[in-house]
Amino acid sequence: MSGARRSALATLRGQIERIEISDTVHHRDRVALGHPEADGALQGGLARAAIHEVFCEGRQGTAATGFVSGLAGRVTERKPLLWIRQEFSDMETGALSMHGLAELGLDPRRVVMVRAADVESALRTSADALACDALGAVVLELWGETRQFDLVASRKLTLAAQSSGVTGLLLRMAAHPLPSTAETRWMLRAADSPPGAMWGAWGAPRFDAELLRNRHGPCGRWIMEWKCDECQFSESSAYPQPVAAAPAHRPDQAVLQRRAG
Amino acid sequence: MIHALDEAAERLGLHIGLPLANARAMCPDLKVFDADVAADAKTLSDIADWCDRFTPLVALDPPHGLFLDITGCAHLFGGEAALLQTLVRALARQGFAVSAAIAGTSVCARTLTRQAPGTIVADGGEAEAISALPVSALGAGEAITTGLRRAGLKTIGDVASRSSHEITARFGARFSTLLAHALGQGDAPISPRKPLPDYIVEKRFAEPIATDTMIAMTLSRLADTLIASMEKQGKGARRLEAAFFRTDGVVRAIMVETGRPVTQSAVIDRLFRERLDALADPLDPGFGFDMVRLSASRTEIVVQEQRDLDAHVHDNDELAALIDRIAARIGGKRVVVHLPQDTHIPEHAVLAAPAQHHLAAAMQAEWPARVASEPPLRPLRLFDRPEPIKVPFATVPDGAPHQFTWRRALHAVVRVEGPERIAMEWWRQDGKQLTRDYFRIEDAEGLRFWIFRDGLYDSELIDDEGKPVPANWYVHGLFA
Repeated sequence: MSGARRSALATLRGQIERIEISDTVHHRDRVALGHPEADGALQGGLARAAIHEVFCEGRQGTAATGFVSGLAGRVTERKPLLWIRQEFSDMETGALSMHGLAELGLDPRRVVMVRAADVESALRTSADALACDALGAVVLELWGETRQFDLVASRKLTLAAQSSGVTGLLLRMAAHPLPSTAETRWMLRAADSPPGAMWGAWGAPRFDAELLRNRHGPCGRWIMEWKCDECQFSESSAYPQPVAAAPAHRPDQAVLQRRAG
Repeated sequence: MIHALDEAAERLGLHIGLPLANARAMCPDLKVFDADVAADAKTLSDIADWCDRFTPLVALDPPHGLFLDITGCAHLFGGEAALLQTLVRALARQGFAVSAAIAGTSVCARTLTRQAPGTIVADGGEAEAISALPVSALGAGEAITTGLRRAGLKTIGDVASRSSHEITARFGARFSTLLAHALGQGDAPISPRKPLPDYIVEKRFAEPIATDTMIAMTLSRLADTLIASMEKQGKGARRLEAAFFRTDGVVRAIMVETGRPVTQSAVIDRLFRERLDALADPLDPGFGFDMVRLSASRTEIVVQEQRDLDAHVHDNDELAALIDRIAARIGGKRVVVHLPQDTHIPEHAVLAAPAQHHLAAAMQAEWPARVASEPPLRPLRLFDRPEPIKVPFATVPDGAPHQFTWRRALHAVVRVEGPERIAMEWWRQDGKQLTRDYFRIEDAEGLRFWIFRDGLYDSELIDDEGKPVPANWYVHGLFA
């Protein structure tokens, strides 16, 4: 075999290796949400370096925002968070309040907000941002059905996220789920506070989260509560049975299985 | 009244200021157009843009004049005579009537353009050059010119021969200063339209360029040169401007700002590419550009940071670079960071500031700490303007409502927490603003709202006769 040929082969092998690594290494990097059943379904937690979609009806927008903020809080780990939204959404859904984020236990200092004029520039900006590995997560907030966000756009975002390791969170308010390349897809509703205690401790963010699609595991529907102080999700406190301690850093099951096999 | 006129009309004996009826009497087939002062000013400023190719210091001299400070620039165009010729020819080719002159002081040059266009006066020759010109060339105003003529002082030389205190006593200090400037004794500073950039590089083309590739290549080469000259002095650019001079005289300037000093030409290149891609009205080369200029109008001394050991600094650099790129594409005001404000009025408690300029401040900002083991006390979504809701009745006058209508949907209140009373800031407000009682409530579906009643029942919500008036209720935010 001639030298040129051998080097060409080596280059190709290197390329394939890199593609495989980006697919496996980043995918094994998962962040536990804190809710045991949901973490089980997600094979240990929310995958980094991927796209996750959160859908909701029009008026459930704040619940979905809270859930996305929670996910972002879990995956960013002291890195900056870029939040991209459409300009008019301040009127429609209210502006994202930094004090509100701080109350949820997130750090407003690390939030950079982009107010895009239209969907195209929002998509373009998120693709750019997902390629920047200084960020912890990118949230793209879109209101209503959009033609522009199709399979191609979704694929672009996924590729950008895979190459950089940044997590992309899509908040789709007042929109219906459509096929995409997302790793997981959620449907969010607000959940009632636990019964009783009218003047007692209530008002902690509670979500009725339905996992509609999960590439690497089963789907499900859970009532999840966000613990503002611990900055993680938990099982609903309405259930009287004892809850296992939240596995914050439990080893990735996939790795264990592979080693065993 | 005649506002402006051409040479043919001047030969007929018409002059500026003559009433139109008189002019029509002298010449019945006079062609008349309405004067458009705004359009004239616009044209003058367009011509000034075009003149930027000769020198960065161009000043307007309304209504019809321009000053160009060509100190140190003339040799680039083959000397003063060649520069004057190039300028006059190029403008005449575009259909303008031009008279230009070069002199040591701006006032002297302006005097020369009125009566002896094309003259180039060497330093020190000002008095001699203008002494034979009539006094009207000074442009001192109708009253003074007539006064001088009546006094028998027909030429500028005559006026200059009188002692200056006589002139000052008769015609005022302003005229005597003008005269001194015209004679080359001292100079009035011109006020250039644009501040002088710190660094300028430019490229002229023998043949106009029009393709995107050529434009991009030119820009990146210019960026290399600019960076090289800034690097020698340890500077980095914060604001860059690329000016494209079209062959037909139109000039288009495109600006890019950065959050921290740029020291790499690749970065400049990328920022301009983003900006050019995203222009609402794309760069139109027309018949091509014959000159491209890149200038750094704001520069800063670059502080070299230790990068290799501290990954955090590196991350911040990358974030700033990303913000610059997004800002170049969609505009700097659209990328914001948030600064806490020292007020308890919810809608004023946060200031959104452009991220390019305030990133460092935002990273250091002190936010109020949350109360541990309390549910969120402030909503996640906040309306800039509280939205009015319909409340049919409240059981207790200052209690929370049992149901309300917001955005045409009825919400039944299941849980209430409150009130939290927020008084307006009397030291800031103008006009009467009412105290607000905020309630955190949850409806039957589990949606959580932050609503408030505007005004206190016993003291504020009463009319002049002491009778209670109905309260207004608003939704101010939504909890997750």
